[in-house]
Amino acid sequence: MGSDPKKLDLLLSDLRSILEADRVRTDYLERALYSKDASLYSGEDPTAVCFPETTQELADVVRICSEHNWPFVARGSGTGLAGGAAPLSQPSVPNADSGQKAATDTPIADTTTSYNSPVPVVITTTKMNQILSVDGPNRIAWVQPGVLNLDLTRHVSHLGLHYAPDPSSQQVCSIGGNVATNSGGPHCLAYGVTSAHVIALKVVLPDGSIATLGNESPEPTGYDLRGAFVGSEGTLGIAAEIAVRLTPNPPAIKTLLAVFDSVSDGAATVSGIIAAGLVPSALEMMDNAAIGIVEAFTQAGLPTDAAAVLLVELDGLPEGLAQDEQLIRQVAASHSVREIRTAADAQERELFWKARKSAFGAVSRLAPDYYLHDTVVPRTRLVEVLDAVYEIANRHGLKVCNVFHAGDGNLHPLLSFDSRQDGVLARVALAADEIVRASLAAGGVLSGEHGIGMEKRDYMGLMFTAADLAAQDKLRSCFDQKSLANPFKVIPSGSGCGDVSALSSGGKTTSGSGEVPALNSEDATPLSPTVAINKPVPEGAWI
Amino acid sequence: MKQPNQDLLNFAAEIGAEDEIVVRGGKTQWEVGGLPSSSAREVKAPAGVRSFEPEDMVVRCGAGTTLEELAQVLGESGQMVPLERLSEAQSDSKPTSAQPTIGGTLAVGHSGYRRLRYGPIRDLLLETTFVDSEGQLIRSGGPTVKNVSGYDLCRLMVGSLGTLGCLGEVVLRCHPIPKRSQWFATNANPFALLGLLWQPSSILWNGRQTWVLLEGHPEDISSQAEANGLEDCAPPHNQATQPHQQRPTSYPQKLTASWQRFSLNPAILPSLTDHFKAESFVAEVGVGVVHLPSDLRMPRELLPIDDARSLTLQRKIKSRFDPRGRLNPGRKVWDENNLAATASSAAAPASAAVN
Ligand SMILES: Cc1cc2nc3c(=O)[nH]c(=O)nc-3n(C[C@H](O)[C@H](O)[C@H](O)COP(=O)(O)OP(=O)(O)OC[C@H]3O[C@@H](n4cnc5c(N)ncnc54)[C@H](O)[C@@H]3O)c2cc1C
Ligand SMILES: Cc1cc2nc3c(=O)[nH]c(=O)nc-3n(C[C@H](O)[C@H](O)[C@H](O)COP(=O)(O)OP(=O)(O)OC[C@H]3O[C@@H](n4cnc5c(N)ncnc54)[C@H](O)[C@@H]3O)c2cc1C
Repeated sequence: MGSDPKKLDLLLSDLRSILEADRVRTDYLERALYSKDASLYSGEDPTAVCFPETTQELADVVRICSEHNWPFVARGSGTGLAGGAAPLSQPSVPNADSGQKAATDTPIADTTTSYNSPVPVVITTTKMNQILSVDGPNRIAWVQPGVLNLDLTRHVSHLGLHYAPDPSSQQVCSIGGNVATNSGGPHCLAYGVTSAHVIALKVVLPDGSIATLGNESPEPTGYDLRGAFVGSEGTLGIAAEIAVRLTPNPPAIKTLLAVFDSVSDGAATVSGIIAAGLVPSALEMMDNAAIGIVEAFTQAGLPTDAAAVLLVELDGLPEGLAQDEQLIRQVAASHSVREIRTAADAQERELFWKARKSAFGAVSRLAPDYYLHDTVVPRTRLVEVLDAVYEIANRHGLKVCNVFHAGDGNLHPLLSFDSRQDGVLARVALAADEIVRASLAAGGVLSGEHGIGMEKRDYMGLMFTAADLAAQDKLRSCFDQKSLANPFKVIPSGSGCGDVSALSSGGKTTSGSGEVPALNSEDATPLSPTVAINKPVPEGAWI
Repeated sequence: MKQPNQDLLNFAAEIGAEDEIVVRGGKTQWEVGGLPSSSAREVKAPAGVRSFEPEDMVVRCGAGTTLEELAQVLGESGQMVPLERLSEAQSDSKPTSAQPTIGGTLAVGHSGYRRLRYGPIRDLLLETTFVDSEGQLIRSGGPTVKNVSGYDLCRLMVGSLGTLGCLGEVVLRCHPIPKRSQWFATNANPFALLGLLWQPSSILWNGRQTWVLLEGHPEDISSQAEANGLEDCAPPHNQATQPHQQRPTSYPQKLTASWQRFSLNPAILPSLTDHFKAESFVAEVGVGVVHLPSDLRMPRELLPIDDARSLTLQRKIKSRFDPRGRLNPGRKVWDENNLAATASSAAAPASAAVN
């Protein structure tokens, strides 16, 4: 672990003076479990795993870490797909094959500084899972960060309300994690991503002090620290109490399934719908590869010879909905739609969504490993970037399918492969890298909802100048002078220096010599900052 | 990486790295936060719409673009950025010399009266390029509606009164212009209406009467109005636009520049009538913005309390982003006395109602 055993003992005994022994865990298995998130993008085994239950306990744990100059990482449910919750003690992404994790790696961004900070303590919020208050008439709930996204919706459904951001992982991901990654979901097209639903936050700052960012009033004085905290991936502190906006359930819903013979007709329909002045509550697309896989799995009745299907959901009042449906049918017809169906009842609606939702579960049954991407491009460039994605995957001999949030241009190309095949990981790494570049070249952004974490940290220099990153780093240092909160994430180390731009050249982002080590699928770890290898996702999970 | 255009480069060069700077928009909210120090040099942000793809529903424009120009360009494609405040429709009193800009609107950060439906102004800003205190161009955010790529400096800029950076260019999220917009008047309880109506755009209340703005499909508007006993009326803040519809109303004829704007927890709005006579205030129900004439005081206990730790952070941010205090010197973004309200007293022409 590279840290002084005496210092470690002092830290642990202080932590145990706050939390009883079984809430400060240090056994090997437990620590290993908390070294990665759902991307299986391994970090290092944390020094300890803490389970606070209250804001005060959380603050005490953080304060003790700070007093010991010990880094820490917040963790919700660990469903993150960018390695955000995986602890790192130095800037390079660890190489699992070297027994001494990471020790032999060449630091990616900075080869001169020696980093000998200890491996962070993981602070999980799973025991902070209380819904603190619900104000139905004013549609505000205060929750602890470990409350699961869907549990909040279930808890308020008798009031005719729900929590609008609906990431596909909503059954298991925490609201604290959603806040930290500014999560999205299909219905964020009309209702906005997490940031638009967070009213105020009580956070524990990296020195252990407690601050309230924003309040229930609409225009709190001062800078919008609430807004700056959302999406900060645990690097500005830990959200301890979250005030979220609750959204009224729509009076009526219509769900349509449109079938196309070309992806570009499907994409043109998406643009056409928006240009016609409609903002559906969801606009999701699946390509031919995805349709085939899903249909074999769900028998939802999708035509397997179609190039693309588009799932459109509308909500609102009945008369308007009927007109909007007609308009959508017209737009689709003008783009040579083969067939367009409206769900006759709730059951059929479920079937349509099941097809969409089971896509990734289905894919993971066909190939042992997958790499799931997340980039956003302007809606008008969708076809062009999708073509590039196909070309890239083809060139590297990889299978790709696309199931994505077409309405907001949020692509999720999914590369499936068998990591036991020789050299396949190198090809995946290159393809993943090229997909990021193609998206950025089309005027897009690095991530729409999964965040930067460690996965895309070293791509930040592709999207931002050194000065842009230095400005971001300034914000971080205002919150966290000692860089203790989730170190080596989001911003490449040494931001503001020339080394950031050095990362921009292709292929160089693989760790060490640039050679890709073979991985066994049990201990799948990233080859490079660009590649996360995943295991089958549970049935019904979708991205 | 997107290269900054010449206008932005010129703007940065003009700001430089030395002296005190204040960005001037239309000067229609010039006194919010106090007047800038007289030694500060005034600069203007680049103006003009740079790109607008209706299918992307985003627009890129110079921060010095006037709201009028923006509305016109977007309007041609049936889109809008819903920013207008209660004074909005008083076009007859809009002096040509005072044209509010998008940069000024974002820097002040007050949302429009349709916030109930469209959300706060801060959610409209997707990307910005600003000039920092060292005269460098800094970009944050991205041109897509969904984006989690690093810290969201855009949020910090909204409402910062230009004290952290000078906005040069912005990318804004647009919305379709609704097919129909109709105001209604009623004596019904506004807080009950909030729970009954589907996505009302605005609910205003003066302690006696309630005004509701519904937008969308004409049929939906009519059916909601009928079901809830709402009666058509002219926009309450602008009776003049539809004289044929005029009906007796207790709405103040004009929320003039001297009116104050307060930000309260929306949950306490029903108690306003314990403190103020009916008809003496205008409250944005479900939102929490309350407008008061200049001679009334907001009781302290109704105001939200600023968090001391958060104020320390704000100060730190200001000193890190602008160590020499050269950006918009003199303006106060927060109130050291823990008073959460800023009176929006504009220096602009007397006829300009900025509430
Ligand atoms: C099958 C599947 C589907 C998914 N679908 C979506 C999707 O549709 N949309 C989407 O946006 N994401 C999706 N994700 C990604 C993931 O679920 C989200 O990023 C989610 O918000 C993470 O929540 P978590 O509780 O699991 O956080 P973790 O994975 O535990 O943590 C994520 C990040 O948040 C930080 N963090 C956690 N809690 C806190 C806190 N209280 N305060 C400060 N920082 C904190 C961590 O340090 C880390 O950086 C999916 C993941 C899977 C596995
Ligand atoms: C007649 C009239 C009509 C109006 N109509 C509307 C309307 O239709 N819709 C609407 O939303 N609002 C409207 N308003 C309100 C107007 O939008 C606000 O007054 C706006 O907040 C101020 O814009 P401005 O350009 O005049 O800013 P100014 O008053 O020039 O500046 C306000 C503050 O912002 C700072 N600032 C200005 N530009 C920048 C920049 N680029 N970067 C950093 N800081 C900057 C200034 O230094 C100052 O502190 C109207 C106001 C009037 C008087």
